[in-house]
Amino acid sequence: MATMLKYEDKDLKVVGTRPIRPDGVDKVTGRARYGADINLPGQLYGRVVRSPHAHARVLAIRTDKAEALKGVKAVVTRDDFPEMPVEFAAAGELIVNFRDVTRNMMAREKVLYDGHPVAAVAATSDAVARRAARLIEVDYEVLPHVIDPVQAMAEDAPLLHEEQITEGVDPAPEKPSNLAKVFNFAKGDVEKGFAEADLVIEREFNTKPVHQGYIEPQASLASYTEDGQVEVYTATQGHFVIRAQCAKLLQMDISKIRVIPTELGGGFGGKNNVYLEPLAIVLSRKSNRPVKMTMSREDVFRSTGPTSGAHTRIKIGCRKDGRITAAEAQLDFQAGAFAGSSVPMASMCTFTRYDLENVKVTGNDITVNRPKVAAYRAPGAPISIFGVESILDEMAIELGIDPIELRMRNAAKEGTQTYYGPTFGPIGYEDTLKKALEHPHLKEPLGPDQGRGIATGFWFNIGKETTTTLNVNEDGTVTVILGTIDVAGGSRAAMAMMVAEELGIDVDRVRPQIGDTQALGFNFVTAGSRGTFASGMAVTVAARKAIDTMRERAARTWDVPVDGVVWEDGHARPASSNVGEFEPLSIAEIARKSGMTGGPIAGHAEITAEGAGPGFGTHIVDVEVDRKTGLVKILRYTVIQDTGKAIHPAYVEGQFQGGAVQGIGWALNEEYIYDENGTLQNPGFLDYRVPVASDVPFIGTEIVEVPNPNHPYGVRGIGEVPIIPPIAAISNAIHDAIGIRLREQPMSPPKVLKAIREAGNGAAE
Amino acid sequence: MRYEAPGSLDAATRLLADAEGAARVLAGGTDLLIQMRGDIVEPELLVDIKNIDEMREIAEEQGRFRIGAAVTGMEIMEHEAFNAAWPGIVDGAKLIGSIQIRGRATLGGNLCNASPAADSVPALIAAGAVASVIGPDGRRSAPVEEIATGPGQTSLKTGEIVVSFDLPERPPRSGDAYLRFTPRTEMDIAVVGVGVNLTLDGSGVCSAARVSLGAVAERPLSVEEAAAALVGTRVDDDALAKLSKAASEACRPIDDKRGTKEFRIEVAGVLAERAARIALERAEQR
Amino acid sequence: MARYHITTTINGDEVDFLCESDQTLLSVLRDELVMTGTKEGCGTGDCGACSVTVDGRLMCSCLVLGVEVEGKRVETIEGMAEGEELHPLQRKFLEHAALQCGICTPGLLIASRALLERNPDPTETEIRYWLAGNLCRCTGYHKIVEAVADAAREMREV
Repeated sequence: MATMLKYEDKDLKVVGTRPIRPDGVDKVTGRARYGADINLPGQLYGRVVRSPHAHARVLAIRTDKAEALKGVKAVVTRDDFPEMPVEFAAAGELIVNFRDVTRNMMAREKVLYDGHPVAAVAATSDAVARRAARLIEVDYEVLPHVIDPVQAMAEDAPLLHEEQITEGVDPAPEKPSNLAKVFNFAKGDVEKGFAEADLVIEREFNTKPVHQGYIEPQASLASYTEDGQVEVYTATQGHFVIRAQCAKLLQMDISKIRVIPTELGGGFGGKNNVYLEPLAIVLSRKSNRPVKMTMSREDVFRSTGPTSGAHTRIKIGCRKDGRITAAEAQLDFQAGAFAGSSVPMASMCTFTRYDLENVKVTGNDITVNRPKVAAYRAPGAPISIFGVESILDEMAIELGIDPIELRMRNAAKEGTQTYYGPTFGPIGYEDTLKKALEHPHLKEPLGPDQGRGIATGFWFNIGKETTTTLNVNEDGTVTVILGTIDVAGGSRAAMAMMVAEELGIDVDRVRPQIGDTQALGFNFVTAGSRGTFASGMAVTVAARKAIDTMRERAARTWDVPVDGVVWEDGHARPASSNVGEFEPLSIAEIARKSGMTGGPIAGHAEITAEGAGPGFGTHIVDVEVDRKTGLVKILRYTVIQDTGKAIHPAYVEGQFQGGAVQGIGWALNEEYIYDENGTLQNPGFLDYRVPVASDVPFIGTEIVEVPNPNHPYGVRGIGEVPIIPPIAAISNAIHDAIGIRLREQPMSPPKVLKAIREAGNGAAE
Repeated sequence: MRYEAPGSLDAATRLLADAEGAARVLAGGTDLLIQMRGDIVEPELLVDIKNIDEMREIAEEQGRFRIGAAVTGMEIMEHEAFNAAWPGIVDGAKLIGSIQIRGRATLGGNLCNASPAADSVPALIAAGAVASVIGPDGRRSAPVEEIATGPGQTSLKTGEIVVSFDLPERPPRSGDAYLRFTPRTEMDIAVVGVGVNLTLDGSGVCSAARVSLGAVAERPLSVEEAAAALVGTRVDDDALAKLSKAASEACRPIDDKRGTKEFRIEVAGVLAERAARIALERAEQR
Repeated sequence: MARYHITTTINGDEVDFLCESDQTLLSVLRDELVMTGTKEGCGTGDCGACSVTVDGRLMCSCLVLGVEVEGKRVETIEGMAEGEELHPLQRKFLEHAALQCGICTPGLLIASRALLERNPDPTETEIRYWLAGNLCRCTGYHKIVEAVADAAREMREV
């Protein structure tokens, strides 16, 4: 049975304030220990040997020279890992297939991308490990490769998986292809809808793969013991899922693997997957020593999941009054080397901001020779809505309707049935649009070659399995053990605040801590903006159980029925004077005597959280375009988003600002650049250009609060929505500035200048 | 690998001359250490030249500056008299990497690394800077534009070190400027770089000019045709249009991850004009 | 291979260590001295997570060799607080929520301190350009810039 606690509108003392985050001091003093900061006595250093080819058959791997090198303690290749049958499992927002997971972690018959692991070594120093890695000889038969998703679907395209028959089409094709799966979503009759339209616009859009760009490279340390147990320290968004995958891949019992999550230096969806962990475990098993493995930045770019590059075709019809009559989309998404891109989510997000009768979305999941896609903050949604929000901007201009007003006329609201199934409860989309209409940003004057754009975004948000233990300590302070990783956004702070609110105590008397896999039951990965929602529900359940216990203890102390005791402001009090005259008992007093009243006091929650509230946001951006160089400068940016409830508003603003700036980078400069051999040309932060501080302005934020009825504090998820609108909003702003519509991401200077030249108005300055 | 940090030019040249395997000069290390990390270079001897006083100084004598090759970008930015005399060279130094990189990266290293996109080089070429080189055969001088010959390639002979840069006397009413194009505001490599240096006579006519382009050929170029477009003019719109055209025509770029040929050619002309306007304004103020 | 014996000052303490000639200062700090507060984000000077000062000069410790700091003065994040008193920048980063994952925070704090030592009253633009060598992927920089400006304000008043 799923757990759903209803929203209660009540006066709040802690929730909604801005206390210092509990993990803060460790982070400003250098004490916080991230993946690469952990060391164990006697540890070895591991290195991965990677494919230099985009696509090749692995004919032979010779490790003897490496093994002969002094200091080398273990070498692993495909022969050290069992073959896996096809078996699917959820790992964050994407589904994984163990047949593919094992091949992605260590290539078997073929290498499928530049950077694909083919071997790994462990040695007494990093320098020796590096030398050993260079001594491993691999014979490749280089094959033709394909990276572009449209080219990959061509009849004669190089084929990645000889056995891959497209799923989701009836009848199933006879020949294998790179089209792994087709997803279809439909509602109403689009043909009829287009026939009713006064204006129909159909356009194509292209986007490049972009990387999550977390600053901390992946790092793992495994220590395998002689009795077949293993401890793994790793930087991950979900230690229980890492444990489950390692157990499956290495055919071990789950109970024998203890995964200890380190502080996480950013993930954004990219640290939901195993990369180094199984390699480190097997190297440790073979060497009988702890093995530490860290990726270089180049390894991160070459082998961990960037998001999909994509081609989309969007068609929208509307009446003269701006009401949309039909909407259709085809989304061609790179899955990378193995099936399983974010195209299903992207498909479901494409038009979901709007209340539509006739919708058809087809999502194609396409295997190509680049690293397997990993989730990236609202996986796929920024790509699929780019075209939709661009076309709506065109329609608004064509029809002479304000772009925000146009969206208002079509806005999804409570009662709107989505084209993938669910009907919305209370949502805040219209509220964000109204707030945008009234925002002073819209009144800021624009100069020559400056323009303003708006775009909106939607994300589902999720709940899922969550556990927590809340211990009331002997002095009345509280320790909360959490199983859902704080991926950076401050969920430990938010959990402490909700617990403090429930118990009626100061927030600094609550100490939250992430527990390892042996301390708690299973938690899903921190993905889908579930952390504050699901973990918040769990800590509320746990706190209420602890309160019930403390009421019982007070009742026992006073010798009254438990119904006669209420919990208020951190104290047990008699419910009324009828119960008797008793001095209220504080949490500290009850805790101090707990040994005599029945034992230590704790509250637990082991729940599947349901009822996550969908999130919506509206962004406004001003840009200036240098017509002679194509450079686009962001002048002003405003994020307006429904949070349900902002537990810690400063970190809600931080999510808005961080997501928007990631989106700005995505829009303007970030892209994977491959050469003709399929080799990644920019695997570093110099040429993979994430925004620097001087590239962006202050990011204005407006928090809208339409409570989620299915959470005790009204929480929705908030982390993902902010990255969705920027690409489209910036494209719309560029059009407003110079009258040119860019339908390709990134809107980098060479592309913008080329578009200006092609439009022929470059000279007309 | 052996590491040495000699205190004199003599000792440094001797170390390099006597080296049996591959030897490298270490100045700021902001390129060399990355190449070593990537196993692109594997020297057996590293000669750190930062303890050699002559290479670390900014000296001024009768209006002529001499800058040690191991002077860092930050040191140049912080030198007031040099900023007043050669703001264009400072423009270039200011754009190398980040504050962290400029705290280490040196003018000599930026030149000898021989990247076509080196930010400090076009302004030095436009300034008419002359490199003082020491080696097994003694000292020699060479115009800065003759040092880099191609990506990672220089005209320096084995064992030679660039010691310093000599800048000519600065006539009144002179100004220089360096502009580059990058997608990001900072932390980036020039897609195009342009250095312009000009002098006006008493009546406001350009009496001398030098123009240099970076990142548009296998090495930074001194473009005489572009300079000629300015000399004898009041650096008016007409002259600037000719400068812009000449700059674009001098480009022989490649397509790479940082930019296309067409983009580089076009933007070289745009930046040449913009840099010349800044140089002109600076000349008029002096 | 003989290792080099280097004597230096780190956060005011005399320290000596052995290192390989090609070992970076970052590796010396993290691997030899177990001062893991200085982070590696790229190893190529492009992210600023490993920022330290050497003789007061801000640099990326991944682009400095251990052998180069002989006789020099190195400052790292571990030396930023004085006793139990956080540096105003550390305090303001906390108050302004100017950190999320925190992996870039030590580098940003060291870089910000180097800025305020030179320029006690920086403009927003000066702060942004000075910190352009320090990538942060979580915050969008907004609250970092506010925190640095606020710390500067407080430090000027003292």
